[in-house]
Amino acid sequence: MLILAALLGPAVLFGLALLAATVSRRRWANAAVYGACALVAVAGLAVAVTALLNGSTETLTLPLGIPWIGMHFRLDALAAVFLVVVNLGGAVASLFAIGYGRHETSPERVVPFVPAFIAAMNLVVVSDDAFTFLFAWECMSVLSWALVVSHDRDPQNLRAGLIYVAMAGFGTFALMICFAVMAAGGDFTFAAMRAHGAGLPGLVLALALLGAGSKAGIFPLHAWLPLAHPAAPGHVSALMSGVMTKVAVYGFIRITFDLMGPVDWTLSLAVIAIGAVTALLGVLYALMQHDLKRLLAYHTVENIGIIFVALGMALAFRAAHLPAAAALAATAALFHVFNHSLFKSLLFFGAGAIQNATGTRDIDRLGGLIRTMPQTALAFLIGATAISALPPLNGFASEWMVFQAAFLSGSLPQWGLRLLIPTAAAILALSAALAAACFVKAFGVTFLGRARSAAATAARETDRVSRLAMAALAGGCIVAGVVPGFFTNLLGPASQMLTTARMPIANAVSPLVPVAANHNTYSGLIIALGLIGATLLVAALVHLLANRATRRSDTWDCGHPEINLLAQYSAGSFAQPIRRVYASIAFGARETVEMPAPCDLAPAKFTATLHDSAWELLYAPVGKTIGFLADRLNPFQYLTIRAYLGIVFVALVLLLTGLAIWS
Amino acid sequence: MVVSETLILAILQAVLVMALAPLLTGIVRKTKAGLQRRRGASIFQPYRDIARLMRKETIISHDASWIFTAAPTFILAATWVAATLVPTFAQTPGLAPIADLIVIVGLLAAARFALALAGLDIGTAFGGLGASREMLFATVAEPAMLMIIFGLSLIAGTTRLAEIAATVQATVPGLHISLMLAFVGLAMLAVVENGRIPVDNPATHLELTMVHEAMILEYSGRHLGLIELAQALKLLLYVSLIAVVFIPWGLAPAGSTLLAYGLGFGVYLIKLVVAAKLLAFFEIAGAKMRVFRVPQFAGVALMLALLAVLLLFVSRSF
Repeated sequence: MLILAALLGPAVLFGLALLAATVSRRRWANAAVYGACALVAVAGLAVAVTALLNGSTETLTLPLGIPWIGMHFRLDALAAVFLVVVNLGGAVASLFAIGYGRHETSPERVVPFVPAFIAAMNLVVVSDDAFTFLFAWECMSVLSWALVVSHDRDPQNLRAGLIYVAMAGFGTFALMICFAVMAAGGDFTFAAMRAHGAGLPGLVLALALLGAGSKAGIFPLHAWLPLAHPAAPGHVSALMSGVMTKVAVYGFIRITFDLMGPVDWTLSLAVIAIGAVTALLGVLYALMQHDLKRLLAYHTVENIGIIFVALGMALAFRAAHLPAAAALAATAALFHVFNHSLFKSLLFFGAGAIQNATGTRDIDRLGGLIRTMPQTALAFLIGATAISALPPLNGFASEWMVFQAAFLSGSLPQWGLRLLIPTAAAILALSAALAAACFVKAFGVTFLGRARSAAATAARETDRVSRLAMAALAGGCIVAGVVPGFFTNLLGPASQMLTTARMPIANAVSPLVPVAANHNTYSGLIIALGLIGATLLVAALVHLLANRATRRSDTWDCGHPEINLLAQYSAGSFAQPIRRVYASIAFGARETVEMPAPCDLAPAKFTATLHDSAWELLYAPVGKTIGFLADRLNPFQYLTIRAYLGIVFVALVLLLTGLAIWS
Repeated sequence: MVVSETLILAILQAVLVMALAPLLTGIVRKTKAGLQRRRGASIFQPYRDIARLMRKETIISHDASWIFTAAPTFILAATWVAATLVPTFAQTPGLAPIADLIVIVGLLAAARFALALAGLDIGTAFGGLGASREMLFATVAEPAMLMIIFGLSLIAGTTRLAEIAATVQATVPGLHISLMLAFVGLAMLAVVENGRIPVDNPATHLELTMVHEAMILEYSGRHLGLIELAQALKLLLYVSLIAVVFIPWGLAPAGSTLLAYGLGFGVYLIKLVVAAKLLAFFEIAGAKMRVFRVPQFAGVALMLALLAVLLLFVSRSF
């Protein structure tokens, strides 16, 4: 009865949330609540891993919710994979919060919501009918919204909260219609939809992309994400970016792979194209940022794009009856989901620790933190290397699998896909290189160089529990990179469920084999050992043979070092060449230099302008229309009672007339 | 037996690439000097340069962190591992399961990541400038590289170097138009990645458009020696890569006799010398271009590779 255990976790967490609401002002509440939350999440993780290893499917109906229908739950391989992601992320975020949460100024606005948020995400993953799913989904949205606006004194947070709640409502609305279309017979259980298949696959896919995709952050529905994720406290940002976007991906997979039944290849074109555009624009947006948490949030958009490209390829291969290739693409997508939840949580923890230590997220005001926060710096460096897809860490392993899947596109029968997939692969390679550039910038400007402000100079290393949480995730990034075969094995049952095939089984030592028929293999373990061995050998040889004399001296910089600390390379100047080459096309970036007149000693002025066309063309008109309508309707608030009665009477007459004509 | 032979070959290969790398740089410089009507230093001068740097005292800025001191060792190690994975004089089937072409590109990207961070570490303007431009070049070079790998994997059905070489060996030379396009693309990329003229000038200091030299401006002594060695090794890696993929003839098959290995080694040396002469000639024939022209240069490589992939699709479907 694993499913009972899997449901017990969220139940305990909801109870914990209620308890926390009553005690959250006490001094011990922070550690107690988050400690308990971490323990429950670890238990949930154990249940999920057991379910994955067992590979069985369990269902359960509880007499709750809507009378005579009840709530249906199901724990299968796909749900188990995402339960692992949710509970692992939840456990580590709770651990981090034990230390981080002590700096919280208003804990009663944060502490009770976090366990409930984790519980809601658990429920989404195990629900098995549309009502339960949408209920849990909406709980997840509302609770995370409450966390986004927890610091409501900041007007930016309020604006982020408003846009978030509007987009979340829109997403749920789209999903509601999506389920309504699929439940053509009036039966809203997933089992009925699965048996029935989707009648209007194009419409269902479009609605799933709107509903689940807007939550995951696909372009152009991503606009709320880089506003809302940074507004929340550090551990909640990690939960939203690392875990909640994955729950959205789960929703998309559940609908398109499981409930819709066989999907035509033309639909996969849309998924791949949207994924590629999302990946590229996400990383380009990220490069233009100098707010550390917003930069990380845009990288979430990029990684969601990578996951959607892999999912689209899995759909294409499945439609073409190439199960081995489909299994590779699906496993790559799921592995990237897991990996991204690890390194994105890690990076957000680092950003939270920096914000606590310095009071700012603006990397142009930081610098030199590697000396004052050495362990945070090391953990952040590991996360940055992993997200930049560099061997031997986990980001490389999953992107390698995505590329291997793309290389198999030559065997697809359709021309459209054969042309689209190589292009998408080139775009993914471009976004990987841009991501590396972005993290050189993020790490270099934040941690290296000289401190740019007094706050950065005075920073102190973060507390021990927070460092433990970061170390755990950094270790996870290394392990998943060095022995990826172990993880792809665990994903086997889920891949079997989605694509009727699985990747060849790998053991920990042997290399990763994408498809049995071809011979591309990658052994993370030997590459890691080779790198360590070569590094030690070079270091030993240099130690033995070279002159060991070392002198500390002033910076050389061609003889005229710059004293002004603000003249160091900043986020904007580092990104300038990339802005000129790419963003002038994507965002209409323009640079203007205003020089003073000759002999005038006034400073010159440099301005760089960017246009966010997604915002200007999509969101701003909608917002303006709503504002316009609201203004027109505003007078209705200030009428007399007679006018209101008159309106009610006229409405009644009109309705009755309409009814009379109708019948 | 097989494992031990693989291990011996791997160690031999690792020693060989490290030993030959400065020689290749020396030959390029000597040839360039000859083409410029200079006598030039001996082809063994890079060995002496590195040995001299190793003997010198190392000076580190007060503002440097451990990234600055650790980076040279890591850069050399990552480049070395990548260079060892490219077959040079003999087929190394034992090494093939460890890594394919993408992994080799990934290792070089990791080395570049470390170098760019080291450039930012002290907080000087030159370091930031070099790091920023290096990462820009990477963003245009990496998609092109992936497209070339894509094309090769369509031709050979694999991204393993050893098997690509075997496939190319079996085809009629000079008739494969996609292969030719990929060859030109990879040669252009090698120029970009190694910072040779017309992309960057390895022989200059204090030029406004320099990239690689700007990043390593603060290095001295043994650190500089390690970075120069890594730079030479990277050039050798790209030459070996082009040689093994596009002119794999002369590669000793696995399990050959000592004589065959010796023959393979001789052929490899000839390939190196020819490549060095060609590179020197190419460098002497053109001038360095503006930094913002480089993305266009690498963009041509990307277009060639894309064309190679498309032509393959078209030719396969008839």
